[in-house]
Amino acid sequence: MSRRTSPALWAWLAAGFAFLYIPILSLVFFSFNQSKLVTVWGGFSTRWYAALMRNEQILGAAWLSVKIAAISAVLAVILGTLVAVCLTRFGPFRGRVKTEVLTGLSLLLLFVAMEQAFGWPAGRGTLTIIIAHTTFALAYVAVVVQSRLTGMDPSIEEAAMDLGARPAKVFFLITLPIIMPALVSGFLLAFTLSLDDLVISSFVSGPGSTTLPMVIYSKVRLGLSPEINALATLLVVVVAIGVIAAGLVLKQADQARQRDAKMAASK
Amino acid sequence: MQEGRKPEPAVVEPWKDPGAVPYIRIQEVTKKFGDFTAVNNVSLNVYKQELFCLLGGSGCGKSTLLRMLAGFEEPTSGKIFIDGQDMAGIPPYSRPVNMMFQSYALFPHMTVQDNIAFGLKQDHKPKREILDRVASMLELVKLSSFAKRKPHQLSGGQRQRVALARSLVKEPKLLLLDEPLGALDRKLRESTQFELMNIQDKLGVTFMVVTHDQEEAMTLASRIGVMNLGQIVQVGTPSEIYEFPTSRFVADFIGTVNMFEGRIIDEDNDYVRIASEEAGCTIFINHGVAAPPNAHLCVAVRPEKITITHEPPVQIGENCAHGIIDGIAYMGDMSVFNVKLDSGKMVKVTRPNLIRHAEDAITWDQRVWLQWDPASGVVLTT
Repeated sequence: MSRRTSPALWAWLAAGFAFLYIPILSLVFFSFNQSKLVTVWGGFSTRWYAALMRNEQILGAAWLSVKIAAISAVLAVILGTLVAVCLTRFGPFRGRVKTEVLTGLSLLLLFVAMEQAFGWPAGRGTLTIIIAHTTFALAYVAVVVQSRLTGMDPSIEEAAMDLGARPAKVFFLITLPIIMPALVSGFLLAFTLSLDDLVISSFVSGPGSTTLPMVIYSKVRLGLSPEINALATLLVVVVAIGVIAAGLVLKQADQARQRDAKMAASK
Repeated sequence: MQEGRKPEPAVVEPWKDPGAVPYIRIQEVTKKFGDFTAVNNVSLNVYKQELFCLLGGSGCGKSTLLRMLAGFEEPTSGKIFIDGQDMAGIPPYSRPVNMMFQSYALFPHMTVQDNIAFGLKQDHKPKREILDRVASMLELVKLSSFAKRKPHQLSGGQRQRVALARSLVKEPKLLLLDEPLGALDRKLRESTQFELMNIQDKLGVTFMVVTHDQEEAMTLASRIGVMNLGQIVQVGTPSEIYEFPTSRFVADFIGTVNMFEGRIIDEDNDYVRIASEEAGCTIFINHGVAAPPNAHLCVAVRPEKITITHEPPVQIGENCAHGIIDGIAYMGDMSVFNVKLDSGKMVKVTRPNLIRHAEDAITWDQRVWLQWDPASGVVLTT
């Protein structure tokens, strides 16, 4: 086997990245377009950003999406952690089927049935979206937290119990801090999934609860608008800053840990 | 192998005193996991301030027994009493027992100080008292300057001492230790063994140690319980276990041993003669045996109790075998000789290397004579 990577492989790699990133780059590029026509370059301008800031519909939808994402991510983390604890401590359950459309449709039917049966939730709206997002995101959180829990030495919890802590205290003082990184990444995952979701939201939303992806989708159906490009660019920037910051923090923590371990070992 | 352990005059061999009240009473305890019986009808008494070692190979049930004392497992049947109190249904956090885990199980997100203070905080002790007791514990395990470190900033030996301090700080009457020295290298182990014994003397805690390492058990224990297949096969002081094993398993498990199959040809209250084709001689033992005449049995002789010479003894007779040197292992302080007897039986003999480059050194393929004292053989019927 040769150590050198062949030029053909490099070409494939470049093609792969190009396939993934050129659409995004072109989107960013055209968000600064002066022209109203999305595909024709008419000079540099930030007018679509200004227009975006005045667009109540988009801003309202974005704010609603963030609220829904935050609330459902918090709920998903709480419930997902409970699920993960049950799965790791009491063995696996059978049958885990998941399809987005199926989830959306079945939740819609459930909500309708529940409303008819005992009047809650009243109509479709923000509440039903939050419930739906929590439901599908908690599975992802559960998987992330579960892997962290299985990697944890069970005798740590036993030691806490042995030292006089009751099970609830063991969970909050010992287990929770140890699995905290998994909760944080689970939260971010749930937040992103909720912010991004179109299919399930479409099923369970009602009048007055239009999330950002739904607004974008309905606008795009009527033709591309430079305003959407500007919005998408802002989203890319925000997400990129978040990812890079998280990466840097994690890397620093890891380096500090390795340095400490080396120091301890050399003694 | 036996380090001199100075016994406290007050607690010399309480197990021999019929009036002594055992601190731990394990009564006919059985633990089953599904079809598998991990602990099979074990009964055992351990007394105050003992350092009791449960010794056995992996899967012999010793850890399960320890976990039942800590309360992490409930016995399938049988009872456990600690200090006279029935432990059935009492959860781990309500038992007067602390445990030191094999993996140390330190809380990774807490400093050394917080790790040690954890147990006291659960008892809602006043802040001042917690600080004082943690400080004195840190001093005891010589880690005062490491109080603010996290566990991952410590070496293996330091972590082990934190785990010990954490389990001792609540001043439990009974401390359970699961392979306490397993993860340490040899030098560190030896010094820690003596540290453990000092701490035990100082604090007067009853220790229950689980180990698979016979040397560790021999050094630490006031008494050893040897376990095999979920049962305790012998309980005794280290020297009793080594010098007077009651079964082939124990004789073989503790140290090295030569076993000779044989048959009783002559016996009385104070001696027994056993004809052994394997040994190629008659084995004479100067104590009586509870076995029927003509019974087939086994005689165990430790390698260090056999003397090895070039010259035939003045009187060739009982307890005297001969063979050819088949292998020599030089260990520094002593040498191990593998001797092939005429019967084909291999016998191990050890001899301390008292003289450097002895003139009459025993080498390969030489014919040698083996002899042992009538008091050295142990008759094993099971």
